[in-house]
Amino acid sequence: MRTAAFVVLAVLAVAAGITIFTVNSMARATVALAVSFVAVGAAILLIDAPYLGVITILMMLMEMGIMAVFMIMYMMNPGGLMPMSMMHNKRGAVAISVGVFLLLAAGAVFAPWPQRRGEPPADPTRALGQALMGSKMLVMMIVSAVLFATIVSALVLATGRGRYDRDTPAALTDGQQS
Amino acid sequence: MGAAVCSAVVAAGVLLSFAAAGSVVDGVLDPTTRTVGLGRRAGRPVWETARLLRQRRRSTVAPDALLWRGGTAAPLVIALLMAAIIPAGATAAADPLVGVVWFNTLDVALWLIVWVAGWGANSVHALIGGYRFLAQALAYELPLMFALTAPAVAAGSLRISDVVARQHGLWFVVWMPVAFLAFLGAVAGFSLWGPLAYPAGRDIAGGVLAEPSGPDRLVLAAGRYALLAAGAGMATALFLGGGAGPMLPGWCWSVLKTAVVLVALVAVRRRLPVLRADRVMRLAWLVVLPATLLQLLAVSVIAVERS
Repeated sequence: MRTAAFVVLAVLAVAAGITIFTVNSMARATVALAVSFVAVGAAILLIDAPYLGVITILMMLMEMGIMAVFMIMYMMNPGGLMPMSMMHNKRGAVAISVGVFLLLAAGAVFAPWPQRRGEPPADPTRALGQALMGSKMLVMMIVSAVLFATIVSALVLATGRGRYDRDTPAALTDGQQS
Repeated sequence: MGAAVCSAVVAAGVLLSFAAAGSVVDGVLDPTTRTVGLGRRAGRPVWETARLLRQRRRSTVAPDALLWRGGTAAPLVIALLMAAIIPAGATAAADPLVGVVWFNTLDVALWLIVWVAGWGANSVHALIGGYRFLAQALAYELPLMFALTAPAVAAGSLRISDVVARQHGLWFVVWMPVAFLAFLGAVAGFSLWGPLAYPAGRDIAGGVLAEPSGPDRLVLAAGRYALLAAGAGMATALFLGGGAGPMLPGWCWSVLKTAVVLVALVAVRRRLPVLRADRVMRLAWLVVLPATLLQLLAVSVIAVERS
């Protein structure tokens, strides 16, 4: 059952990945990439790591939503519904991507995987958090607060005079006041 | 296996009933139809369904049909997937270990879905609506994440049943009112509802709602009400003690509380103005986000004290 689900998800992930380079619209390419990532996240669910699987899907979908905006913004053909190609240097790109795929797949197939020792924990999420952070929890907490404060203050600085300029009437006539 | 399918079907039926009920309440409260009889207003979901099913599908020039259809149908699917983990009393169709994150992931999926629904129509109003949704999502998503974190921290678990069980004796809404309100605001946000209906605004002829017609429109409208209903159900489970209450059985209390939250959400629609995305952004990042962070700090301190 699990093997069948994995095969379906793996084929879906690879097929959606190939689709990115065959569709002729930026929006479709983005959605195909999102489908590919969702299939990968669902495959992670199969190894009983629910938090990792679901959070992968969450991050990737959010990323694709934002990426779509930027991809279309920077495209030479912003409509995206017109024919376009995602490929440059086609032969070299195909050779490299097939080579990398075979290398990684060979690694996954031929690596001597260790046998499971012990039983899986009752709450894998908690075990994962302990394994990742354990002794460094305090540092991680402080760093995350600093990082978040940095993001917020950068945003505040960047948007202090945004497009709508705090919508005060005075700001609208900025140019004419002098 | 049979039982799982059965409970999933029940969850879907309950969600759709709540969505229809939300539409009835909205019809009754709509001031523009005050001259029409109450019976006709209350029956609006039935008439609207009949009308849209008979309506001939209208299309635009060169739409991206695949993405468009997918984007209009997916909100209903997302709401159904949310409903799968919402408990009625002590039972839910599914109770995954990471239920809270599951809910969050589904609402994030709407970022891409609503944008795609706006994009696929190949119409300028719909496209603007899609982009507006992304801009607004950036505002409400972080407060929503911290609002979801608060009950999970207090319960010490991401499983919905644990969160509900932890509220025995004292509902989370009592000591996390800010998180509760931020959560309801985010529900309005991802349902394109009330003050956060900017992506479906009148100023852009309905935005993402502008182009879909016939069955497509029906599915999209149903998805919107279903998202509201799912949000109300989740608010009940996370903040209002789930099925806790005297006398009546648990599922009864779950249904009652969800109904109250849903009516409140629906009623807010015409009582608050629609906010522009940049104003929502300022409100969310300068007021709501710090408030939810302080709420989370308070909850964390209390949780450490209790354990």
